[in-house]
Amino acid sequence: MTDPHTLTGAYALHALPDDERAGFERHLAGCPSCAREVEEFEAAAARLALASTVPVRPAMREEVLHRVGSVRQLTPGTTPVERVRRSKALGAAPARWALAACVAAAAVFGGTAVWQYDRAQDAQQRAARAERQASDLAGVLAAPDAKSRTVRVAGGTGTVVVSAQRDRAVFVSSKMPEPPKGKVYQLWFDDGGTMRDAGLMDPARASQSVLLKGPVDGASGVGVTVEPAGGSAKPTSAPVTVLSMPS
Amino acid sequence: MKEAVYIGRNPAAEPDLQQLLHEVALGDQEAFASVYDTVAGPVLGVVRAVLRDLAQSEEVAQDVLVEVWRTAPRYRPDRGTAINWILTLAHRRAVDRVRSVEAAAARDTKAALLDRTPEYDEVTEQVESRLEQEQVRRCLRTLTDLQRQSVTLAYYRGLTYREVAEALALPLGTVKTRLRDGLIRLRDCLGVTA
Repeated sequence: MTDPHTLTGAYALHALPDDERAGFERHLAGCPSCAREVEEFEAAAARLALASTVPVRPAMREEVLHRVGSVRQLTPGTTPVERVRRSKALGAAPARWALAACVAAAAVFGGTAVWQYDRAQDAQQRAARAERQASDLAGVLAAPDAKSRTVRVAGGTGTVVVSAQRDRAVFVSSKMPEPPKGKVYQLWFDDGGTMRDAGLMDPARASQSVLLKGPVDGASGVGVTVEPAGGSAKPTSAPVTVLSMPS
Repeated sequence: MKEAVYIGRNPAAEPDLQQLLHEVALGDQEAFASVYDTVAGPVLGVVRAVLRDLAQSEEVAQDVLVEVWRTAPRYRPDRGTAINWILTLAHRRAVDRVRSVEAAAARDTKAALLDRTPEYDEVTEQVESRLEQEQVRRCLRTLTDLQRQSVTLAYYRGLTYREVAEALALPLGTVKTRLRDGLIRLRDCLGVTA
């Protein structure tokens, strides 16, 4: 077997047979330099595509736009969420067995095993919480009554999406600059001038969707401030942006 | 018939595409129409380069464009630009079609006929596309013959590297490295950044 690194070219050109592609994708997941190279090669290949641009029959536009009218979009849930869901559907029983085994072991090993059982339960609760959040987030974005408003935020954009029926809001950022070192973006509900903590954004990601903490509860807007890591109870700086709620 | 042919905007010079796709992800059909106008030409172009048959290419291109709508919420800007995401998808679907068995038989006979049907190749080409073609052609010339043949057989004919090796009577390992080295040269010549 040759060095899998050399497969980046064939992979980016879709020239790997299916069986080898699956194997290379497994390698790719743990090889950031390969992933980077594949991205660059795909960009180069896209130029080969652009060079082949052809005129399109005008009627095709209507056909595609018509089809799109009846095609449901995927929820923005990321692949890991899907995996969690699948494992819940297919793998719930083994997980319970594992816990039962922990409990059984607890009887034998006493304290340590009980601690492990707590940890396992804790991890399971965390996973359940993450899954619930992801599905709440997707639920807001896909809600029939969802409304959105977008503003420019420091070179990027921020969009607030609200579902009145669910009384929840999501903040979607795109290409926002990284906060200064040791700082985070914190989100707030604007209750008529009083800022209510609505959670933190992930400082490592320029584009992300965040389910705001707690109900909208009649808030008039959403604000974003830069706060010390960990967040603040009250804003300690002037907001980067304040969006009024979409209506 | 010239006015009946839709000429799209140049997607490479379209900084808004990312933003548009973001709006598409939120279910905005008007934004999707703008995305369509920007990418339909290149999408059909790459699919047709691989499939040759115009009717099949239109069918696959339409499916790709609908898939862009459907999967826009899963598009990750940190994994590459919007246009790269869309054109990678288009190429992937074209290659899938080429490799499906029943298409393979039909393709060769139909392609031979279509290659002699000039009207579609002779309709106006957009200026940007011609400039783009010039640059890509120039950069392809910086590759060695083996690199260029390997890359174009894989990309424009949808061959697997094994089939490329067979076609060029080269060892498998050689083709793998030619594909990679060829893309490195192409990337550097085109000044591509991911």
